[in-house]
Amino acid sequence: MHGLINRSIQCFLRDTYGAAAWTAVAAQAGLGAEGFEALLSYEDRLTDAVLDAAAEHLDKPRDMLLEDLGTYLVSHPNVRAVRRLLRFGGESFIDFLHSLDELHDRSRLAVPDLAMPELELRDHSATAFTLLVRHPYPGFGHVSVGVLRAMADDYGVLAFLEFQGRKDAVETITIECVEIDFTEGRDFALAAGAA
Amino acid sequence: MPAGAGLTLDHAALDRLMPMHALVSPTGHIRRTGPTLAKLRPGEGLQGARFLEVFELRRPRNIARIAELAALGPTALSLRLRDRPEMPLKGLSVALDTGEGLFVNLSFGIAAVEAVGAFDLNGSDFPPTDLTTGMLYLVEAKEAVMRESRNLNMRLQGAKIAAEEAAFTDTLTGLKNRRAMDMILARYAACRESFSLMHIDLDFFKQVNDTHGHAAGDHVLQVAARILKDETRDDDTACRFGGDEFVLIFHRMTDRGRLAKVAARILARLERPIPFEGHDCRISGSIGIAVSDDYAAPKPEQMLIDADMALYASKKAGRARASFVGEPGGGRPAVAAG
Repeated sequence: MHGLINRSIQCFLRDTYGAAAWTAVAAQAGLGAEGFEALLSYEDRLTDAVLDAAAEHLDKPRDMLLEDLGTYLVSHPNVRAVRRLLRFGGESFIDFLHSLDELHDRSRLAVPDLAMPELELRDHSATAFTLLVRHPYPGFGHVSVGVLRAMADDYGVLAFLEFQGRKDAVETITIECVEIDFTEGRDFALAAGAA
Repeated sequence: MPAGAGLTLDHAALDRLMPMHALVSPTGHIRRTGPTLAKLRPGEGLQGARFLEVFELRRPRNIARIAELAALGPTALSLRLRDRPEMPLKGLSVALDTGEGLFVNLSFGIAAVEAVGAFDLNGSDFPPTDLTTGMLYLVEAKEAVMRESRNLNMRLQGAKIAAEEAAFTDTLTGLKNRRAMDMILARYAACRESFSLMHIDLDFFKQVNDTHGHAAGDHVLQVAARILKDETRDDDTACRFGGDEFVLIFHRMTDRGRLAKVAARILARLERPIPFEGHDCRISGSIGIAVSDDYAAPKPEQMLIDADMALYASKKAGRARASFVGEPGGGRPAVAAG
């Protein structure tokens, strides 16, 4: 697993549950306290070990932890770059959903060895969608649910999301946009350094 | 557009296809602009202004009238906003039908990074075919990756310095080790820096070890190291040469009077009893000193050998004393300088 993904997990645990929690998880996973380097790659079993240790230490199901990680990636000030990069996807939440098809290639453009899941959006109506999340490593679907929930919030859209399960390396999420102008949402300007 | 042009687009379609276009009349006035180009002058827009007064044409040069530009046919443009000369633009101009003036389509090119901030532009200001937002995305993504890369490099640099520090440090005493000493001496010799070498051997150290054990011996070495560190300046180097031998390197200090005083202070402090677990450990020391000024071409290895001989002379003369190379009884006479 790429260091950027591992590092995200590390920052999520540290920023959400404190440095002591991270240190404990790292120790249990057999990792030094300094943890992952963002630009190196690690074996998947290390990611597994960290997620298992975190789930045990925090007494939280792994799926829920991954969903919280997704929410964190969009909403925490320490990782505001992720939210900004996602907002480049479109002017509206619906545009953003459609831009997810490109996410895999977009991220490869920036970090060639970063293997993000391949996403495929299918629309059933103007407001009802299914998102297919394809990745050999299970769990990206849960992260996606957290990301989408936080992004809907960011755009000011009320949306219902549900994880439907995993089959043949594909995880399925249903998305239903209930109210497009639910809240004001957060501002986004193209200019770097802005919101 | 007149009939027969083959294609008719209304302004609304044009605004969406090319939101940075301008229609310029034969008199040089901007008749109309797309919505994004209008944002270059917030509030009033550009309509009615003279094109060449708003934009400075950098390429092609020496165009005074719009008719001259129209006469060139389709032409690539390099422009700058006269209001904001730091903001370059690229463009393409095509002549409209005779007497209708000029059609210009503009772009920020790679200056888009600054332009989106300067003119408060957002995604809807660019048509989906325009790569501006894609480029801004890439710039930010690369910046984020570069930040991580810089962090990684800084951490590696820190680790490298710590590793080097460890590789050149004697773990027991914290003084420099022999490898560090060799490097420093080689550097001084290569740069023809003047320096003095003080070779110190502890006396009665073996008795401390034998009587009170190795823990006591280690403690004595640490105390001795502390003394040597205290008696040298920041610019000097205190090394553990091995066992109970030390070498001090005094950088640009070759005055025998000063060196003799430092040696005397060190010996006096070494002779004070060192308490360890209820016992007093007593040691002394012998010193040999070599001064680079005494050599025509100072060679560290030779100076170390000579200092060792001077040290031996000190020991023979009854310990707790310091001898200079070349002194009567102080080892091999130095080669006369010059």
